[in-house]
Amino acid sequence: MKYKKQYLYSKFERFWHWTQMLLVLLLTLTGFEIHGNYEIFGFETSVRLHSASAWSFMGLALLSIFWMFTSKQYINFIPTKNKLKEQVQYYTSGIFKGMPHPTHKTLFNKLNPLQRITYAGLLILIFPVQIITGIAYMYYHYPQNPIDAEGLTLAVYAHTLGAFMVVAFVIVHMYMTTTGYSVSANVKAMISGYEKEPEEGTAKEETKTQTDKH
Amino acid sequence: MKSTLEKIASFIVVIILPALVIYLTVHFGLKRNEPEEIKIALKSETTAQVDHSEFEILKQKFVNPKDVTAACLSCHNKRDDELMKSTHWLWEREAEIPGRGKVKIGKMNIHNNFCTGAQGNNGSCMRCHIGYGWEDKSFDFNDPTNIDCLVCHDKTDTYFKQKGMAGWPATEATATKEFPVPDYNYVAANVGYPDRDNCGVCHFYGGGGNNVKHGDLEEALFHTNRKVDVHMGEDGPNMVCVDCHEAPNHNIKGRSYTVGADNTNRLHCYECHTETPHNDYILDYHNNKIACQTCHIPVYAKVNATTLYWDWSAAGKRDPNGNPIKEYDADHNYSYLSIKGHFVFDNMVQPEYYWFNGTVNHFLRDDTIKQTPVQINSLFGDYADPNAKIWPVKVHRGRQAYDPVYNQLLSVKLFAHNKGEGAFWEDLEWEEAIRQGMEYNERPWSGEYDFIDTEVYWPLNHMVSVKEETLSCKDCHIREKGRLENLNDFYLPGRDYNKLLDYSGFAIIIFSLLGVIVHAILRIF
Repeated sequence: MKYKKQYLYSKFERFWHWTQMLLVLLLTLTGFEIHGNYEIFGFETSVRLHSASAWSFMGLALLSIFWMFTSKQYINFIPTKNKLKEQVQYYTSGIFKGMPHPTHKTLFNKLNPLQRITYAGLLILIFPVQIITGIAYMYYHYPQNPIDAEGLTLAVYAHTLGAFMVVAFVIVHMYMTTTGYSVSANVKAMISGYEKEPEEGTAKEETKTQTDKH
Repeated sequence: MKSTLEKIASFIVVIILPALVIYLTVHFGLKRNEPEEIKIALKSETTAQVDHSEFEILKQKFVNPKDVTAACLSCHNKRDDELMKSTHWLWEREAEIPGRGKVKIGKMNIHNNFCTGAQGNNGSCMRCHIGYGWEDKSFDFNDPTNIDCLVCHDKTDTYFKQKGMAGWPATEATATKEFPVPDYNYVAANVGYPDRDNCGVCHFYGGGGNNVKHGDLEEALFHTNRKVDVHMGEDGPNMVCVDCHEAPNHNIKGRSYTVGADNTNRLHCYECHTETPHNDYILDYHNNKIACQTCHIPVYAKVNATTLYWDWSAAGKRDPNGNPIKEYDADHNYSYLSIKGHFVFDNMVQPEYYWFNGTVNHFLRDDTIKQTPVQINSLFGDYADPNAKIWPVKVHRGRQAYDPVYNQLLSVKLFAHNKGEGAFWEDLEWEEAIRQGMEYNERPWSGEYDFIDTEVYWPLNHMVSVKEETLSCKDCHIREKGRLENLNDFYLPGRDYNKLLDYSGFAIIIFSLLGVIVHAILRIF
């Protein structure tokens, strides 16, 4: 079996990803505790941790924006219709038949068309909405200050909806990591930076049983 | 070698750095500053006191306490002018009720739902007026010697106004064991800055007994500890009333919210504690909408019980021998008095919570009843009001006499020195008591009477708890049965949620889970 090994995820990108994972986990756990769904840390601790992790998240987001534009990696997140249909067909039927992935990752094409749409949605819609409503939550408490917004109910609802979307994203995202050439390949790539992919034409059925000899 | 370096690099960017970020986030996130210590020089401890025992004028033989007042004013000139403008003297004050314009209100003319009203019951009620002998409408409010200086400035604790005597201390003719004739030379030689005995003798007993009215002001505060009142505790700062309620030119700061329509001459916690007392952003910003009192007075009537309900309609019963009845509850508080009716007392009471912007509406003496329970006063404010905060309130509910034809609350003559003069407390007869009460107040009465539910709101300010016993987040930020469960005009995190939104959100999560599970099963088989 021949493998193509390519360096996809830079050190910053991996740091960004795993830090963001931990922050999203912390934000979710504390957020839903504040929402009144359960008790883990205690309300006050949750509030303080939620605010603090929100700040870390925003700092990290700034760094990542800087990184995306200096490294031109933002290109990865621009949605495309190219091969979108094939990608949908792959996840809805091809994957069950062991068909090969319709798209292949390169440094400037890491994300398949479906991922591009999802991540663009996450980065352009969900995260900014969470950040803006979150800042309002922290600093724009009361209607008279400085303009009358008649309370934060709408911002709060948007923030709650965003939270549910993030949880749904995390569930699907975690599952999708298992759809690489092997169940753990994508996670390993996000750890080492290197993604190993069978050379073109190698059927999935075979690769699944391969043990990593490298 | 390269691969080892890369592994180390991976370890750093994947484990070490993210963990460091989380550690720093948690570390700084949980940091909570300590409040700064308040250092205030207490008025009561720093005001110079003059030794009055040296003054010849105070060594004369006093028979009438008005002569004492004259002696005081011979040195303290113009003080009478100050006092005669004060609410302690006038028992009313001009104030603007939002939406109703300027009115003169005070004990002089408003109803309450305790003993229902002072006018016409002067002998008993006007004992707590700072004058001598406001027995009826003939009282001269312009005679400076009618001012009782001693009741506020006596430091010997031997000077008292006699019960039922409209503000007079005992004379040779009226003296009893409980109320002897004061030794005026001794008292006058020992006057000074008022202490809690001077204020408490009236303010702790309003409504005809200890803690009947306020709930947070009562005789236990004469000698107390920090747990009951963190300011007045003798094991704490040991503050007296006038340390906060300073009285420049006898105009006492911090008047009651219950009888005062406009938001002037109030006293605020921040005057000593600053606007950021916690030195912590999250706690301090709560003060935008939450009064300090809300968290710091989690419970009131901490020692002796306060009246929560008073039903006058039950009054007037007699035992088989025709004598008035007294009944007590399990805690030895009155539960029934023939002269006053049925009571509910309780201690360690949890306040009710209302928006309050400092202005108050009042049911004026001749107002027409438009709703039940009749709102003797009501606190203005709601969430959208920039000046309103959530306040802890003692709500006293009552049932008292009204005129079902004219739809007005009735003024009742309760007090008289003797039976047969028509006073309810002596004769237990409503008709004559109402007739005389209305007559004294120059109000028309249809001749009918019935009883109607009433409510009065007393924002709480005293009996501030030690910090360990203040409210914590979950007392309000909780789904069910939080302290603010009745304040529903705003979104409260932890309590509120949108059902449709939450159910949809959880549906999205469940569908995502089911989706990936089904997908995984299809991949495996």
